Amino acid sequence: MSAISRNEVEYVAKLARLNLTEEEAVKYTEQLNSILEFAGKLNELDTANVPPTSHVLDVYNVMRDDEVRPSVEREDALRNAPDEEDGQFKVPAVME
Amino acid sequence: MSLFDKKLADIHTELDKGELTVSDLVNASFERIARTEDKVKAFILLDEENARNRAKELDEQQSRGEEKGLLFGLPAGIKDNIVTQNVTTTCASKLLANYNPIYNASVMDRLHAAQSVTIGKLNMDEFAMGGSTENSGFHNTYNPWNKDYVPGGSSGGSAASVAAGQVYFSLGSDTGGSIRQPAAYCGVVGLKPTYGLVSRFGLVAFASSLDQIGPITKNVEDSAYVLQTIAAHDPFDSTSAEVDIPDYISALSGDVKGLRVGVPKELMGEGIDPEVKEKVNAALKVLESLGATVEEVTLPHTEYAVPTYYILAPSEASSNLARYDGVRYGVRADNAENLIEMYRETRSQGLGAEVKRRIMLGTYALSSGYYDAYYKKAQQVRTLIKQDFDEVFKKYDVIIGPTAPTTAFKIGEKVNDPLTMYLEDICTIPVNLAGIPAISVPCGFASNGLPVGLQIIGKAFDESTILRVAHAYEQNTDYHKARPEL
Repeated sequence: MSAISRNEVEYVAKLARLNLTEEEAVKYTEQLNSILEFAGKLNELDTANVPPTSHVLDVYNVMRDDEVRPSVEREDALRNAPDEEDGQFKVPAVME
Repeated sequence: MSLFDKKLADIHTELDKGELTVSDLVNASFERIARTEDKVKAFILLDEENARNRAKELDEQQSRGEEKGLLFGLPAGIKDNIVTQNVTTTCASKLLANYNPIYNASVMDRLHAAQSVTIGKLNMDEFAMGGSTENSGFHNTYNPWNKDYVPGGSSGGSAASVAAGQVYFSLGSDTGGSIRQPAAYCGVVGLKPTYGLVSRFGLVAFASSLDQIGPITKNVEDSAYVLQTIAAHDPFDSTSAEVDIPDYISALSGDVKGLRVGVPKELMGEGIDPEVKEKVNAALKVLESLGATVEEVTLPHTEYAVPTYYILAPSEASSNLARYDGVRYGVRADNAENLIEMYRETRSQGLGAEVKRRIMLGTYALSSGYYDAYYKKAQQVRTLIKQDFDEVFKKYDVIIGPTAPTTAFKIGEKVNDPLTMYLEDICTIPVNLAGIPAISVPCGFASNGLPVGLQIIGKAFDESTILRVAHAYEQNTDYHKARPEL
């Protein structure tokens, strides 16, 4: 049985905001299956009592003082924008 | 002798005596690039005007007799996923072909303070995903030792450029071996520091719990100098460690008497090329002759490291790259009728095959219903892998093995077979999962004429010891002095 079907691949692409060509959908179904099959090896291990790694170092919450600091200038923030108008990022219509 | 074969200390002495200027160094770098770049293709961008201006500035400073920074005047190449203010930073992705950052990565500020000179931005696998630099959105980089072979990846440009003598040193980033593996393939020294030792602020994230910036150099001493410059706590990076930074340069004593070396049988077993094993064994003999003791040890979960990595790294990558929407920066697809279609078209047109494959895999592994089976399971196995290292380090000072199972492979040989390519990182990945430091140094050449890398792994924040061992080994061999003919 394959771990991931063609339909699931298309659903995952939708979640990931990717359009797949026919060729990509076929190729990724095959490749994701072989990688997931490979990852299935992890099931050989009993991890019922093993805590998941959340951080490799003993680091706790990092806090800083709540001080007002200068922010990025609007002109700089917009400098790389593909499209902008009146000091704002411009995007295609959100609603119909 | 080329300018870049000189030791850092000798270069600084010549600068002081007025026998050399920073402009001479920078000219030598651009001359070497002009002569070799069509064979190597290490760079995405050359920043010639800024570099020459900076050289003049430093020459004037020298003439005023001011105190010099640790890396004063040294030409540096920077992997193109490290953000540089006012210099295009592409991550080798078509999506970011026009991205001109408004700020510097913290490591760039530190290099600037240490007064090195940035020559340009180096090629890589797109968003650091890959092991051969064949996944660059722009062009391949070639192994300086033989242009039919890959330089390794994802810091392939960083390793090739240093091996080709184009820059004095470079910075790379290492998520599953991306500094050490290309360093091994190109016959140079690559260091992956402990997770958190070097700030990731301004490093374009691939897998945030694994990524770490580190130096690629021609010898171990230079590696210590660059690490000394870039290691520091950074309040801009919440995963940056607050630890005292030791003096890495004075740690290079050459003494390894009484050092306890563990050699994991899993890294010297099946799947490792016999010639690679032979070179590693010869290197261990050198260390023994210097007074170290060498014993076989076990890291029992090594065989699970690659599948663990190929769940965790794509999961984090899909999450990081989910932020790329084409709104605030980068290249946006034209003619989308609505916002969602703009996201989809932009990402579909701009991202390469390997990056899409990993986004797909990561999105699946994190999706509802599969999270426990894949992501959580992998984080549990990661704990076991880390415990393996903790166990060995109770008795041993360093762990030594090969950096990669083979020498560099041919261009095109593995590009359509991701699983086989992923196995090239089998020796380096466990180190990233455990967050500990490791260095790759040249330890000989295989019969195909390509370099072999020796990997020395240390305890968390014990860079001093791995640098000391690597340096002692280097002082007793000549492999690091070999240069490719270009």
